[in-house]
Amino acid sequence: MTKTLTTPIRNEDLEQLNAGDIVFLDGYLITCRDVGHRRLIELGMALPVDLKGLAILHAGPIVKPDGEGWQMISIGPTTSMRMESFEKEFIKQTGVKLIVGKGGMGPETVAGCRAHKAVHAVFPGGCAVLAATQVEAIERVEWLDLGMPEALWVCRVKQFGPLIISIDTKGNNLFEQNKAIFNERKGPIVRDISRQVRFIK
Amino acid sequence: MDKLQAVRSMTVTMARFTDYISKHLPDDVLARLRQLREAEAAPLAKVVYDAMFENLAKAGELDRPSCQDTGVVQYFIKAGADFPLLSEVREILAEAVVTATRTAPLRHNAVQIFQEKNTGDNTGERIPWIDWEIVPHDPGLTIEVYLAGGGCSLPGQGRTLMPAAGYEGVVQFVFDVMTSYGVNACPPLLVGVGIGGSIEVAASLSKKALFRPLGSSHPDPRAAEMERLMEKGLNELGLGPQGLRGQHSVLGVHLESAARHPSTISVAISVGCWAHRRGTIRINPDMSYEILSHKGATL
Repeated sequence: MTKTLTTPIRNEDLEQLNAGDIVFLDGYLITCRDVGHRRLIELGMALPVDLKGLAILHAGPIVKPDGEGWQMISIGPTTSMRMESFEKEFIKQTGVKLIVGKGGMGPETVAGCRAHKAVHAVFPGGCAVLAATQVEAIERVEWLDLGMPEALWVCRVKQFGPLIISIDTKGNNLFEQNKAIFNERKGPIVRDISRQVRFIK
Repeated sequence: MDKLQAVRSMTVTMARFTDYISKHLPDDVLARLRQLREAEAAPLAKVVYDAMFENLAKAGELDRPSCQDTGVVQYFIKAGADFPLLSEVREILAEAVVTATRTAPLRHNAVQIFQEKNTGDNTGERIPWIDWEIVPHDPGLTIEVYLAGGGCSLPGQGRTLMPAAGYEGVVQFVFDVMTSYGVNACPPLLVGVGIGGSIEVAASLSKKALFRPLGSSHPDPRAAEMERLMEKGLNELGLGPQGLRGQHSVLGVHLESAARHPSTISVAISVGCWAHRRGTIRINPDMSYEILSHKGATL
């Protein structure tokens, strides 16, 4: 059975989720990436969107002017790890509940998700047209002075996903678990190849 | 065709080709992705491959860039020394980028250094990036268009090793990058490795390795064997699609080399994401063209 999260997301909705689960999102998803995070956390600028109970997407979309508004052309996740140094404080200050991006995040985000009941999930990277077709409307845009990729695009989405939970509210981090496995496998493989490439003799 | 018409013709061709590449993967990459998808049994890996192929179908159907990050546009040119428009190529390609940015549409990705402003049309200081190789006695131009997103540009790095580290040090370096930065760069990745005597040589070669067709090998048998060993070894790490674990980690490993200084061995790595948006086009002196990377493509 596929689970759907609907904004505003409540703590109870997230508490039963585990790293590795797949969910879909209905409701509000706001793009917010490098400079959006920097402006709030480092520069102390107030975010022009109230994110309490909502979801953010680490993404810089391609949008097209459409009459008075905008049409979503392509929108996919960007590398979440770039936001790692800001995310714990970002979760605390905004009350955001779902952070969607690509690849894993680190221990600070894990701590933030645990303390304030939030989750990080990945949307498959590079699948930007699939995602765009799940955006019902762009309701508004803020901080457009940052340019198309960095602006905050306020999107209403329907069955947005698949979203794979990578950090849950209990401190589990799917990518850190995977990286531990990759690193454990690496040593013997590198030693084996190294024996066969001793070309400097 | 006079010169002005020739310039117009090539500008239209390159604008349309750049637009096309943002929406369609090359034949060799598609074929490899199909093979890798077949091999997966793990539920998460299958979900991701399903999303990837559904996305590619939708990108074609809706005529949209398959990934929102259409990169800073780069052109790698093998320029025939006798090509009639060599002096005009830079302005032709800049104009093509501006047009494709509007038509595709491509994301605005050129941020001026120091001003820190996005130019909004994908041109900027030295951008689109153009790399030249001169081919003597050739009247045509072969251009690789490459749209690499930021995600798969992040792992790019290099190091100059002491010879004591040997080719073993090269292997260790590649594997360390792949298990750290590689995981988040949209695997399965195409891995380009450059080896030479200084860092910029290795870096440039690592990038050019990404334009070799999948399935090709380095001409030196030792290098070809090292490619094979690294491909097999990286797959054994089992990064899977998006780093969510699976049977494979890479589309392939391509190694390019230049003779080194006795005192140094420089290595660099560049990776292409699964959505490896590379296109090869050959422009003839009469401005007719042939698309080499996408069979049956029409512009």
